Amino acid sequence: MALPTYATPLERLWHYTYKVLCVAIFVFLIAPILVIIPLSFNIEPYFTFTEKMLKLDPSGYSMRWYDTLLTLGMSAPDGPRDSSWWAQVWNEATWVKAAKNSLWVGLWATVLATSLGTLAALGLSRPEMPYRRLIMAILISPMIVPIIIIAVGMFFFYSSTCVAPDTMLGSLLAPVLSQKGCLANSHLGIIMAHATLGIPFVIITVTATLSGFDQSLIRASASLGASPRITFFKVIMPLILPGVVSGALFAFVTSFDEVVAVLFIAGPEQQTIPRQMWNGIREAISPAILAVATILVIISICLLATVELLRRRSDRLRGIA
Amino acid sequence: MAEIAPLLTTADGRPLKAALGAAQARAKRRAFFLVLPLLAFVILTFVIPIGTMLKRSFDHDGFSANAPLVGAWFDANPQSTEPDEAAYAALVADLAQMQKDKTPGIAGTRINYTVPGTISLFKGAARNAAKMEPPFKEALLADDAKWSDPLVWVAMREASNRYTTDFYMVATDLKRSVDGGTERVDEKQRIYRYLFVKTFILSGIITFICLLLAFPVAHLLATLPMAKSNLLMILVLLPFWTSLLVRTTSWIVLLQEQGVANNVMVAMGLIGDDNRWRMIYNQTGTIIVMTHILLPFMILPLYSVMRTIPPSYARAARSLGGTSWTTFRRIYLPQTLPGIAAGSLLVFILAVGYYITPALVGGADGQLISNFIDFHMDKSNWSLAAAIAALLLGAVLILYWLYDRLIGIDRLKFG
Amino acid sequence: MKRILILSTALTAVSFAAQAEVTVMSWGGGYTTSQVEAYHKPFTAATGTPVISVDSDNPAPAVKAMVEAGNVTVDVADVEYADAIRLCDDGMLEPIDAASLPAGADGTPAVDDFLPGALTECAVSTIVFSTVFAYDTTKFPEGPTAIADFFDLAKFPGKRGMRKGAKANLEMALMADGVPAAEVYAMLETPEGQDRAFAKLDTIKSEVVWWEAGAQPPQLLADGEVAMTTAYNGRIFGAAVSEGKPFATVWDGQVYEYDLFVIPKGAPNKDAALEFVKFATSTQALADQAKWISYGPARKSSAPLVGLFNDGKTEMAPYMPTAAANLTNALPSSYEFWVDRDAELNERFNAWLASN
Repeated sequence: MALPTYATPLERLWHYTYKVLCVAIFVFLIAPILVIIPLSFNIEPYFTFTEKMLKLDPSGYSMRWYDTLLTLGMSAPDGPRDSSWWAQVWNEATWVKAAKNSLWVGLWATVLATSLGTLAALGLSRPEMPYRRLIMAILISPMIVPIIIIAVGMFFFYSSTCVAPDTMLGSLLAPVLSQKGCLANSHLGIIMAHATLGIPFVIITVTATLSGFDQSLIRASASLGASPRITFFKVIMPLILPGVVSGALFAFVTSFDEVVAVLFIAGPEQQTIPRQMWNGIREAISPAILAVATILVIISICLLATVELLRRRSDRLRGIA
Repeated sequence: MAEIAPLLTTADGRPLKAALGAAQARAKRRAFFLVLPLLAFVILTFVIPIGTMLKRSFDHDGFSANAPLVGAWFDANPQSTEPDEAAYAALVADLAQMQKDKTPGIAGTRINYTVPGTISLFKGAARNAAKMEPPFKEALLADDAKWSDPLVWVAMREASNRYTTDFYMVATDLKRSVDGGTERVDEKQRIYRYLFVKTFILSGIITFICLLLAFPVAHLLATLPMAKSNLLMILVLLPFWTSLLVRTTSWIVLLQEQGVANNVMVAMGLIGDDNRWRMIYNQTGTIIVMTHILLPFMILPLYSVMRTIPPSYARAARSLGGTSWTTFRRIYLPQTLPGIAAGSLLVFILAVGYYITPALVGGADGQLISNFIDFHMDKSNWSLAAAIAALLLGAVLILYWLYDRLIGIDRLKFG
Repeated sequence: MKRILILSTALTAVSFAAQAEVTVMSWGGGYTTSQVEAYHKPFTAATGTPVISVDSDNPAPAVKAMVEAGNVTVDVADVEYADAIRLCDDGMLEPIDAASLPAGADGTPAVDDFLPGALTECAVSTIVFSTVFAYDTTKFPEGPTAIADFFDLAKFPGKRGMRKGAKANLEMALMADGVPAAEVYAMLETPEGQDRAFAKLDTIKSEVVWWEAGAQPPQLLADGEVAMTTAYNGRIFGAAVSEGKPFATVWDGQVYEYDLFVIPKGAPNKDAALEFVKFATSTQALADQAKWISYGPARKSSAPLVGLFNDGKTEMAPYMPTAAANLTNALPSSYEFWVDRDAELNERFNAWLASN
């Protein structure tokens, strides 16, 4: 965003103030993340910079919290680190299990919220939609109601929503329901809860994108002979895709960071990463959660960078850049 | 005129009005069917559970189900009746039955919500009820003189109906007086009205700061070339992807008195070592940390709207003689309004419902109303928690409706 | 045919026996670790029944919610005294017959072997824990010695840490104000006594950092955020002995209470749960737990068996809330008082906290 040549001195001054301001805000955004990384190598079990750490003394640093991530919950953590040891980590370690659960739940919750949410947003943005305001209010409400009320309400409802395991439906759903065939303490229950929490974000971002969408394009497409399906995939979808993607991102992050509903609905088999972190902050303060955070930060940097590189490559191939 | 006008028809000869109506109905149906799956899903996973939860705010049968005889006496005698021997006899019979059913604690807990000290009153009396002889009034008063307290009887009368406004009264700092009317609770106990007001003020402040910080950043991101802006976007998305719990913890590390921020300021000589700033475990801490956590929720909607504003409008305004300030105020700002409204509403609503962050960094005066919902949940007083939640929900819905009235839901990009 | 039938019956029996397991819900952290080492592992070794451990911020509300919803997934829960009484009164717990508990190692029947009040209709105490105050020895080499010092900002300047809640704070305030331990609850029953306690808290209010979870006080001390803090004694012990932090505990004015095992009504493995409770509250198991955390066993017969900490050199007895030297000015927390007054006093405490 270059300064135009006709800018007045005052505008120049404002321009540079503005840049400094932006830098300061970025520092504000990123500072807590930077603090996490060195502290995750702290040798002491506290969230404080020790004298030794500040002097960059190597004996103030250690990998013990990263080690904890692998060994916590293992039945034989002290054995030689061969393939069977790693297999044990994969099957038994608390944090590894939590990561698997988080990804699984987050993925399905996102798919559910985004697909249903996008369809609904399409309907809501049509001028003919009846009761739009009321329906909108209902769909947005999971975001308004304090999460603790949602979680408790869901717990009571999900506990009483059961399918007998010996019926056809019960045996079909058995892998995703709890032992008694109920939604509480089951993967399906958490996926449904997290999808519900993610839906308002999908609705808001997609309807916001659709409101800038020129409805005459649909008529143009139809008048050129395209079926509604073709219109959707060839005309609507590419235009609203940024909104859908950002809605999906919101939904995934909501699920991946959600702890209260998990506290209430999840059983011992569905502990997610935030649930483990909650333990690590409330009852046994442990910098292991900083190690997890550091790993997650690195993964997201890699993901975001990959997406960016892929985008540039495709731009180059299409001859845009 | 209307009579002589020829009937308009479609190509296949149907009246145009009917054809249009049919087409409209079809479009309506189609739109509705698009929404239906999600609506059904949300009603199942959200509306029904919340409904049952909120029902607890006015429905509590802890006393009414266990004291049918006293309830019958209350029904037969109007509000101002002094409890007579028949009333005490009914109470003793109920207490004896409670002892058999092991429910005096449940009934006592229900009364204890409005009159403190009654759980052990009920349990003590129930233990002896079976042995009591008439006259029952003397027998019961001999057990504990508190039974003659008119407030206990007022509370029991209210609780003898399972549907009650008691919990809403507690949630608005009210209590029942001896004559059955309402009065404000003792000054030392007043808290909820103050908390509601404080929650909304703090959320407003946080929303405003978020807007101030998000606007320049979103503008920068929207006007930079894609390649650069996507790199900077990572700086926005990273904190967004980092766990809320971890970010809150790292703010404690940064802001506490022996923390990074204070150390840096002391080292630079900005403040003295012995008057370090208190930036955490108080309202300041709540504001700073919540602003950080909610900032991406403001930046992202703003950015997505700003990205769609063609820069040519601003250039046109400038070329027509507008100053940069006028251009901003008259051309750019109005176009960003949908983003501002959506982002502000999002941030405000999320802030009103937050409780983990204030709980960890809010100290004594940085607590929000949600912390008290959590508190009562933890104390198993679900009805009061539900009543506070219902009030909070109501307040937010009113704001939502006001927004709709004043700014218009269409400009909000919510519909 | 008959043989097959017998075989399949036997197989079913085996598979059922193998299915029995006990899920125990407790508070997490070092406390759960001590239970796993002293109760769970030996129990599995002795009976073959696996024990699953679930952490909770506070098991009591979770138990209430589960029973109410008819979806009980834990067999044993670890709760505080007032909660155990309340849940039992509400009919949410299985009664536990005190006579069925194993006698002490010296043959004393369980009813006499447990400390007074440690057995209730539905709950069996495991340990005695205490709310004490602790300080940073580098800040006060001539450390505070009495509860009054905690409230003395002139003599011992610096921030204080306190639990965000009325319980234990009001008692400590009155004791610091010169009320003898035996009269504290009688005084707190009266409005004047409550005013006096809050007035005492007022004197340090501006300097207090409030904590909520047991793991926070050692963190606050380690960060230098507070100079003194109230804390659960086991947490301070852990930081001082295991991590070598310069923290010291002051036992004057301590408020101690029991932690108890309960069995929620409708527990999926009720019989195994009962076996587990009997095993875990036996003389030896309770004594073994003290190897891992400095909470006192609830049985008299366990006390002589308490030995060294798991570092192999620290004598545990002096760190117990129940050690004679630590009981000179100590207050047993009154559950009767708190069952009745919890709601009222916390309401007032919250209002006091929110006002300026």
